[in-house]
Amino acid sequence: MITMNGKKMQFSNISTDINLDNLENQDSLDVIVNMGPQHPSTHGVFRLVLWIDGEIITKAEPHIGYLHRGSEKLCESELYSQVISLFDRIDYLANLNMELGFCAAVEKLMEIDIPDRAWYIRTILCELNRIASHLLFYGVFGLDAGAMTPVLYGFRDREKIQSVFESVTGARMMHNFIRIGGLKEDVGNDFKKDVTKLLSTLKTSIDECDELLSGNEVFLARTKGIGTIERQTALDYGLSGPTLRGSGIPEDIRISDPYGIYDRFDFKIPVGTVGDSWDRYYVRVEEMRQSISIIEQALAQMDEGPILGNVRRLIKPPKGEVYTRTETPRGDFGVFLVSDGSDKPYRVKVRAPSFSNLLALTKMLENSYVADSVVILGSLDIVMGEVDR
Amino acid sequence: MIVEIFNNFPYIFRPSLLLLFLTITVLFLTWLERKTLAKIQMRMGPMFVGFHGTLQPIADAIKLALKEDILPLWSNKQIYWFAPIAVFVPAFLIWVTLPISNVFVVRNLELGLFYIVSISVLSVLGMVLAGWSSANKYAFLGGVRAAGQLISYEIPFIMAILSIAMISKSLNLITIVENQSSFPNILVQPIGALIFFLSGLAEIGRTPFDIHHAESEVAGGPFIEYSGAHWSVFFLAEYINTFTVAALVVLLYFGGWNWPTMPFEGNTHSFLSALWFLFKCYLVVLLIFWIRGTSPRLRIDQLMSFCWKLLAPLSFANIIVTGFILYYKLPWVILSVSSILLLIVALYFIRKKTNTSPQKTIKLYSANELRAAGKNNSGLETNND
Repeated sequence: MITMNGKKMQFSNISTDINLDNLENQDSLDVIVNMGPQHPSTHGVFRLVLWIDGEIITKAEPHIGYLHRGSEKLCESELYSQVISLFDRIDYLANLNMELGFCAAVEKLMEIDIPDRAWYIRTILCELNRIASHLLFYGVFGLDAGAMTPVLYGFRDREKIQSVFESVTGARMMHNFIRIGGLKEDVGNDFKKDVTKLLSTLKTSIDECDELLSGNEVFLARTKGIGTIERQTALDYGLSGPTLRGSGIPEDIRISDPYGIYDRFDFKIPVGTVGDSWDRYYVRVEEMRQSISIIEQALAQMDEGPILGNVRRLIKPPKGEVYTRTETPRGDFGVFLVSDGSDKPYRVKVRAPSFSNLLALTKMLENSYVADSVVILGSLDIVMGEVDR
Repeated sequence: MIVEIFNNFPYIFRPSLLLLFLTITVLFLTWLERKTLAKIQMRMGPMFVGFHGTLQPIADAIKLALKEDILPLWSNKQIYWFAPIAVFVPAFLIWVTLPISNVFVVRNLELGLFYIVSISVLSVLGMVLAGWSSANKYAFLGGVRAAGQLISYEIPFIMAILSIAMISKSLNLITIVENQSSFPNILVQPIGALIFFLSGLAEIGRTPFDIHHAESEVAGGPFIEYSGAHWSVFFLAEYINTFTVAALVVLLYFGGWNWPTMPFEGNTHSFLSALWFLFKCYLVVLLIFWIRGTSPRLRIDQLMSFCWKLLAPLSFANIIVTGFILYYKLPWVILSVSSILLLIVALYFIRKKTNTSPQKTIKLYSANELRAAGKNNSGLETNND
């Protein structure tokens, strides 16, 4: 029985292997600290149980499932065109990338030809969404390290991107804009002008964000060498996206397994060399700049034309199964789709990059400081909606 | 006129006057902090209550006073309610001897500096008690962190004060300020001022040393279980401490209420000097807020090594240099030059030790090169199986 302040205390709901019977014979007893699901820096409803010895973490146990909404199962009872709105909610910070992931799978199964203009608009919107997602990461990562200003800078610029989304799709998040075979509707006449203007402001403000946080001595001390994950370990855990690239592997689905029109653009892949939190952070900052370059090229190449391919109103893919991969802000987003020839998917399986990235957390937390656990978790940039689905 | 009223004020009632002054200062500081941070972060800050939110602190105070005081089930009730008092009383007691001008002081003590040093240590007790009695692990972690941090930073804090006492040959704050009438102490003690300011920041737990109530890890630290009036007492103490450090920096290093030239005399002089002193204090306070707006938080081990490996040795070196120059009666210029040299050497070692040069460890791979490297390779050249 453990007592605190003379009263009995009970630990409930925490698995523990501490022998409470002979406390006198043990040198020290690890304190079990429960972080989350209601904690300011667990990025949603993530729960982390930490065994700490002083300020050092001896063991960490992640618990997930607090945001499980059964998205995959729900997909099976919806028409193909209705599933898109469910995918919007999987990774709620990169909605358009999610929609694209599902639509690409159905299109691959049905072998639809998508008009070029639709692909250009999709690419521009998805890259904008990538910037928006990374800006949010930038702000929240600063908050994890204890700086309170970056989050407001990040949100300021993200707001501008969302205004463009609103003018194009009608919604700031949950767009439901990308359709199987193309897009819901064409963009307005001033789309090119709006995006060009947005890009010029984003360029300066991303540099401003970079200057605000990246050179700060305290921030460097907090991120350099923290949560290092080796090249081979990163591969073994199946990490993807900026988290994998931070560990020194130039792997990007947009290049290694190109979808859409990504083979028409020339851009650069930022890759870290050490694999610590700093590398993962700076890979994302650099990726925002590369996304801007992709959007600029897409704007220059874009032509007039139709925005919807030759698809019927009621989508009935042939019997079969398909697996597609797309690169979302968090990494390799895979959709496995089984069709039985009806108008509803037989099975939809989502390979969520956040979930795979989260697996490495336990290893990274070993023998780190309590304060670093927050930074390490932040550097993985997880979205619980995607982890639990 | 105000000076005459103050001089005729009975000693016994002066603390209540001080409490009034400090409360108004704290209310103003909360408003000032929110506005300053808002400016840094391109926001408006409080705008609705009063002109540009000037009445916001009063609205906050009313809200806090009316909130329910929650007592956690497992807490130790007596200690839990005592802890806010244990934090607030030392913060208040320091101001008994802090002069705002040569007349505005509750009781000028001959051993003023000694009194301040001894009282300022006490506030850590309240933090630890609050952390322990809350029966909350975050609060406990925060309390233990506070104990470690505040006790460590006490040493460079006292050593920096000691060098000032050596120069001024007095512990009386009014004498120390009057000794600076020709030039402020910062000119002869630049490194002492820096040590004092940094360890002062750590003493009051302000960014980048706000480890004991780090929101992102321990979610508020010792104050996590407190609400309503008791919580507000903690923050009253924190803002008083912030103002105390600012006042001490001005008193010890920036010449207190000394004007470059003073055209007035008598009571007008005293009154205007008080305003001048408060102006200087607010400049230092703004610097503290500015740091809060831009800097992330240090980790506990980095904080400790910063104190024990850098600030403490530096403050001892500062004492030795000061003593050497005082003993051989060398001119002050040598002290300032040697102090600056010491600072440069220290900064060189920080650069060398911390190894946190902002060099970019990121390489950029061109997409075309990667495509040419192999269509099926997918970039994973180390994938053996």
